[in-house]
Amino acid sequence: MKAKKGQVSVMMGNAVTATVAALCRPEVIACYPITPQSEVAETISSIVADGKLDADIVEVEGENSAMNVCRGASLAGARTFTATSSYGLVYMYDTILETAGFRAPVVMANVNRETPGIHAVSSGQQDLISTRDSGWIQIIVENNQEIADQLIMCYRLAEDYDIQLPVMMNYDGYYLSYLNEEVEIPVQEDVDAFLAPLKKQPKRPVIVPGAATGAGTHGMEMGYVEARYKHWSAMDRAKKKVDEIDKEFGDYFGRSYGGQIEEYKMDDAEIAIVASGSAAGTAKDVIDDKRAAGIKVGLVKLRLFRPFPEERLIQALKGKKAISVIDRSICFGWKYGPMCTELKALASSIGNVPILSYIDGLANLDITIPHIGRVVDETAAAAEGKAYQDITWIPLEE
Amino acid sequence: MKEIRFHGRGGQGAVMAAKMLASALLVEGKHVASFPMYGFERRGAPVVAFTRFDDKPIRVKTQIYNPDCIIVIDPGLLTLPTLFTGLKPNSTFILNTAKKEYKQPDKALTTGVLINATGIAVEEIGRDIPNTCLLGAFAAATGWLTLDSVLKSLPEYLSGDILQRNLKSAERGYKEVEVIKW
Repeated sequence: MKAKKGQVSVMMGNAVTATVAALCRPEVIACYPITPQSEVAETISSIVADGKLDADIVEVEGENSAMNVCRGASLAGARTFTATSSYGLVYMYDTILETAGFRAPVVMANVNRETPGIHAVSSGQQDLISTRDSGWIQIIVENNQEIADQLIMCYRLAEDYDIQLPVMMNYDGYYLSYLNEEVEIPVQEDVDAFLAPLKKQPKRPVIVPGAATGAGTHGMEMGYVEARYKHWSAMDRAKKKVDEIDKEFGDYFGRSYGGQIEEYKMDDAEIAIVASGSAAGTAKDVIDDKRAAGIKVGLVKLRLFRPFPEERLIQALKGKKAISVIDRSICFGWKYGPMCTELKALASSIGNVPILSYIDGLANLDITIPHIGRVVDETAAAAEGKAYQDITWIPLEE
Repeated sequence: MKEIRFHGRGGQGAVMAAKMLASALLVEGKHVASFPMYGFERRGAPVVAFTRFDDKPIRVKTQIYNPDCIIVIDPGLLTLPTLFTGLKPNSTFILNTAKKEYKQPDKALTTGVLINATGIAVEEIGRDIPNTCLLGAFAAATGWLTLDSVLKSLPEYLSGDILQRNLKSAERGYKEVEVIKW
């Protein structure tokens, strides 16, 4: 470990995002405040106003413009940052697609929240799911320290010469955005040192005023296909890159998260639970309790959602006797939750075992210890050949 | 792990109290986590806030259903039907009240803590923001942290005259608390 000990204090998830984003030295920032993300925009604005970060804050009238500003600045070669949530993410939807198409390495924090209905000022991953095929890299974190550390890694990933893609870091509204936890904030020189390898890479193409340079996915026919194929290939390369950056981060800062997925007590596990975000933290406590009661259960925390960590998941889950996936969102038109549906696409490689889908934690509802305990018990029963329900909406059965 | 649940109304400082308590416990070397749960931000609406502390890192991210202590900042919330649901045995009840006596409201509660935090806050701060006074009373009644740790954590949140007033309010909460054993 090379990093100096950073300051440890009790910090809100949103404050961690703003503080660490500033340490990554973005040059252009454009955010529009939206609950429960508002503190990110407010905090980073005050950091710039206090003269602690030399960046241009572009005041925008909405999220659509925020993303347009970030894309434009990014294409001109700047490091950019924005944050949003829920409807804010949806309101920038067309520009999200554009930003990905332009391969602009924008980094965005998204505070996960339900989308439909103004009363859904509440936690849920439906906003993330609504943008899953936008061409962005999507990462989900579990706690405030992981917000801090992953955000730094997001810049290494987005701006890597072999990747050059926008990255969205997701964390649960309320359960993390408003969570106050002790967090170690890395010191500036260590963040600089960790991001320094980007400076040694070939310079990515930028748009220069007056020069005849093209950008974007505007090619006709085969030009478009080629651009899409290159984008798709970069997404595929991002999987290994996430693992490499995570390992390097661990070597430097002494904290690492498993890269694409984190495996918790999976080595000798007979059954597995797949979860993401803050629920994964709770699941670790449940898994310890269930193991004490004799159930050999492990957790796979899905950190990278796009690209989907196909190879790592197969490796982790192959040979398990039953698997359950807890989704904090809905897949309309499919029977199972979105993450479960995707996992089922790997079933032929994982093995012909029961895969149970659970929907929980919608609209601020809690993914509680008894809920996850129930998931473990039902998964264990399914592994023993007992009858099981393949899709369960936990709040409806309470 | 100890779990504390705050019940207040928007504007009374329940959310801030929960966070200040986490900072004070961090001073004592504990691992801490705290968060509020509410719908829209608005003054006067019921607010719940949670604080956990432990000697080991806290991974659980749920709301608190089985508290060791509940702190009721607004006595108007005593009629909440679920206020005492799920309490751990021998738990502590801290109430902002001018009363000096109180009947045991639930058999799981074996310690009652009465403090006129509103009265003290109005005298010391000039407004009904009773949160720092309640933290002083919390330290005195539970012994889970020292008054000194509470006082050391406040400058993270407040400064100048308002800090001095809140320090006084917390000290008075510590000294003027009534502890009842049920």
